Amino acid sequence: MATKLTKDQMQAYWGKTSSLMWTILALWFFFSFVIHFFAPTLNGIRIFGFPLGFYMAAQGSLIAFLLMCFYNAKAQNAIDEEFGVSDE
Amino acid sequence: MSYAVGGSGFLNNLGRIYAIYTGTFAAFVVLIGILEWMGVPSKILGYLYIFLTIGVYALIGVLSRTAEVSEYYVAGRAVPAFYNGMATGADWMSAASFIGMAGSLYFGGYGGLAFVLGWTGGYVLVSILMAPYLRKFGQFTVPDFFGARYGGNLARSLAVIVLIMASFTYVVAQIVGVGVITARFLEMDYKLACFVGLIGILVCSLLGGMKAVTWTQVAQYIILIIAYLIPAVVMSFKLTGVPIPQLMYGFALEKIEALEKTLNVAQGHSSAFVDARGNYSATAMWNYFALILCLMVGTASLPHILMRYFTTPSVRQARDSVAWSLFFIFLLYFTAPAYAAFAKLEVYQNLIGTPIDKLPGWVATWGRPGLALVGACDAANAAQIFPICTGVRGNGDGILQLNEFRIHTDAIVLATPEIAGLPYVITGLVAAGGLAAALSTADGLLLAIANALSHDVYYKMIDPTADTKRRLILSRVLLLVVAVIAAWTAGVLGADILFLVSWAFSIAASGLFAGLVLGIWWKRCGNASGVAGVAVGFAVCMFFLVATEFYGPWVKSAMSWMGDIQIVKIRGRDVAYIWGINNISVGIFGIPAAFLAQWIVGRFSEPASQDMQDFIDSIRVPAGEVKNIEGAAAH
Repeated sequence: MATKLTKDQMQAYWGKTSSLMWTILALWFFFSFVIHFFAPTLNGIRIFGFPLGFYMAAQGSLIAFLLMCFYNAKAQNAIDEEFGVSDE
Repeated sequence: MSYAVGGSGFLNNLGRIYAIYTGTFAAFVVLIGILEWMGVPSKILGYLYIFLTIGVYALIGVLSRTAEVSEYYVAGRAVPAFYNGMATGADWMSAASFIGMAGSLYFGGYGGLAFVLGWTGGYVLVSILMAPYLRKFGQFTVPDFFGARYGGNLARSLAVIVLIMASFTYVVAQIVGVGVITARFLEMDYKLACFVGLIGILVCSLLGGMKAVTWTQVAQYIILIIAYLIPAVVMSFKLTGVPIPQLMYGFALEKIEALEKTLNVAQGHSSAFVDARGNYSATAMWNYFALILCLMVGTASLPHILMRYFTTPSVRQARDSVAWSLFFIFLLYFTAPAYAAFAKLEVYQNLIGTPIDKLPGWVATWGRPGLALVGACDAANAAQIFPICTGVRGNGDGILQLNEFRIHTDAIVLATPEIAGLPYVITGLVAAGGLAAALSTADGLLLAIANALSHDVYYKMIDPTADTKRRLILSRVLLLVVAVIAAWTAGVLGADILFLVSWAFSIAASGLFAGLVLGIWWKRCGNASGVAGVAVGFAVCMFFLVATEFYGPWVKSAMSWMGDIQIVKIRGRDVAYIWGINNISVGIFGIPAAFLAQWIVGRFSEPASQDMQDFIDSIRVPAGEVKNIEGAAAH
């Protein structure tokens, strides 16, 4: 198990954690809002019968959210292990 | 090794135990199918479904009884990520998701997808901003965090008030859901049904608290997801020949669009941001985004959801668990639009233009008095056969026109099994699924309220010396009292309060989100800033809610400096829409107000002490002890 982090290590750890958070927050913003601004245009494209704008709101963004959550868990675990502060 | 619920034998064999449970449930459904085939009346089948499923939940509840504080409040922190994900799924998906959402999508088309997005995307925020840190913090309730982070009882009390405001309206709506389902399937008086539902809720939670609720919610998730998927799969197979509804409803959307042209429907099902005449509408777009924001931020602030992540064995599992939660929720939410599309196609293709005497049987079944969910309102006296037709004037030509057809939101999910040609056994299964969804959410909410009262108000503020036995007895008494008040409110107010559910999201989002996020991510903000954030966010949200809903004309005259304000007549009132925004999204005022207040006060008041900053460092890192500070003492 972990030893206590020094001040510098803590700063580095939180720096990495923060940039992961901001990256995913930006992706979240894109898939929650930005992409749907273009829904009327995207609806002109059809895939399997789905208008693309509708598809993104009904499934596409949801899949993106799901991948983000699993990716965040994985990436944060990697950061924790790098600094030896995982709690498992 | 103990095979008691929650014991080591139980925890090591979860997969096997729930597999056996699922198999037994499937056998039970087959048995009911056989009974139906033998001619047992459907009312008896309905009773079997409702009482047997509640019986199973009660059994799990009794087997999970506990006398330990940490088991009662946080399930002993022994719930693996995967199962906590399932439990969160059941906790999250309410009667509104299970029965109502597909109906909203049927009517709203693209506009209704705001709910699908809003009720899933919030988990990304939970995952990156709070769950792991709240788990590391390692206390029992969400107000615990406010108390510890912002210096004691003032912040704690404010958080308790927000929690109760948000959760109580929500739990009442769940009991309404339970009452409606029970009344419908047992042909029982609605008020009585609310109290039958109450028993169903209490048997799960009263003896075992969070531990019992957790393992019941896993069982309830399994039932609700099976019940939701089967009719959609069969419907997809019937209409397209492929049993994957989520993939195949694209073709239904295409056919719907073609039929909309022949039926002169201006507002296309899949058209984005259009008004009733089919023109692009910026107001529709802003409402769409405002609702998504409020629902997402609300998701990340609702205490009954956040407290589920207090129950995992580790910080790492709390993070994994958020991802699993979203996965299990996703399974239902990406199926809901398929329900809506298939039902709409069925109506446009097989109902409209059909002679009244040749309508499919499900219209009569679901339209009769007592259910009154569908109506073919052609003849002048149609309301005698279909009560939903009251006030609709048909042209009496013996053929069903689009404007003569009426359908209730709830009918989309409930009637789909019959539309797909499935026997009653599946309709009953759907009812059992809806009941599981409503019961599991109600349990989570009740526990959140009762725990805030017993733990935060009584133990932390009134009598910190109370012993374990006293605390647990008080928790149970409060649970019972809150449950009875909620059931009474549901019985008296009935379905008219359902719109309050969306308010719960705005209230929680405005009151709690800023304090939670900044408390973890802005180390220097001090006690006063947290208090200001909660108080201002909550006050602004409540002010706009009450003013726009009940004092619409006053808002229009007194607050015209804000810009465009319209008066819309809904729910029998003159409701003010500021900038054209529906007041269910009132969080768009409260959320920024909370952040702004906390930021300003944080800049100009005393920053957090060094001890507090060390405490925050200690919850940011998964390993190691949490630094002991005032208000976060060990239990």
